[in-house]
Amino acid sequence: MTAQILGILAALITFVFVFSLLRRGILQEKYAVLWLFFSGAVLFFAVFPSALIWICSIIGVAQPVNLLFFVTMVLLVLVAVQLSYELSRHEVRIRRLAEEVALLDRQLKEIQVERDGE
Amino acid sequence: MQCRRGEHSQPPLQHRRWTSVARVRARRELVAIPAWNESGSIADVVTKVREHRPQADILVVNDGSTDDTAQLAEQAGAAVVSLPFNVGVGGAMRTAFLYAKRHGYRAMVQVDADGQHDPADLNRVLDGLDSADVVVGTRFHPNSMYFVGGPRRWAMILLSKTLSRMNHGTISDPTSGFRSAGPRAIDLFAVDYPAEYLGDTVGSLSIAIRNGLVVSETPVTMYFRQTGRPSKNALWSALYLGRASLAIIATSLKRTYTSRGDSA
Repeated sequence: MTAQILGILAALITFVFVFSLLRRGILQEKYAVLWLFFSGAVLFFAVFPSALIWICSIIGVAQPVNLLFFVTMVLLVLVAVQLSYELSRHEVRIRRLAEEVALLDRQLKEIQVERDGE
Repeated sequence: MQCRRGEHSQPPLQHRRWTSVARVRARRELVAIPAWNESGSIADVVTKVREHRPQADILVVNDGSTDDTAQLAEQAGAAVVSLPFNVGVGGAMRTAFLYAKRHGYRAMVQVDADGQHDPADLNRVLDGLDSADVVVGTRFHPNSMYFVGGPRRWAMILLSKTLSRMNHGTISDPTSGFRSAGPRAIDLFAVDYPAEYLGDTVGSLSIAIRNGLVVSETPVTMYFRQTGRPSKNALWSALYLGRASLAIIATSLKRTYTSRGDSA
């Protein structure tokens, strides 16, 4: 019973926190959706633990907790990979922008020198 | 104003500035010097480059320096492009390649700002472009004063063997930053030049080879850096080799550019 309440509380807190971040425009939808789905799933299984036990009996996992841990881990790894992907993309783009800024700055100065000379 | 600009493929300013130079010389050359806080040596390097290769234009890519590297380079007579923050040698070099491509340079040579490279070798490194797309200045030749020992040497030999094999021709010093690029290499590197550590040296060679460019080498003199370098031990060499291998593998997996060109 305590575990159930703990699960429900954790899910609700995550949901409210992510939702408020989304509302204030700090978090973008594509990331928020994932976390909202995450907390939704936790909430569902906290309220109906029998659902988890039922799934376990179907796919043949002895301990429902193990299934929970496994799925959680896979999801978290996926999130981490997604973040690395986004980060790499942004790094490339920022560097690209820096290069363009540098070249534009140079061009601007050349034009200014040209103007002053005329 | 707008229709006048349309007549030129290049921005009108550059066009005017370099027509006289282009008429005299068949191949316009750019000496690119990536510099990050090199106020102690940059003016000297620029002056020496002008001495040894007076016909070449000099571009200093100021890689987010916090000292007066940019001003000193300008005073010494170089054109300066300043990056808003430090992006590393790879990023600085790609900026230089973009600059070279957009301004129609037919040859570009990279020289370090710390005085490690001898501008007296510029002619040799640039002349090699007559029969190659990329010419790497190598420290390892019978008359070299450059000495590397221990695990670091083995790491360098292994790298050199790998790239030489890929290239079907010797590249004895793949980590050398003293190198030149012809028009085909400029086009390629303006689009794709690795920014990671060792990517700018080893990785870029692997990209060049994979895209069918001809890579050759020529002996050069290199000085030890003035400022103190950390000692290189076995662990360092292992990490170094690992990162270099990663750079080669990563670039080997990349797609090649069959239609090189306008995306830059």
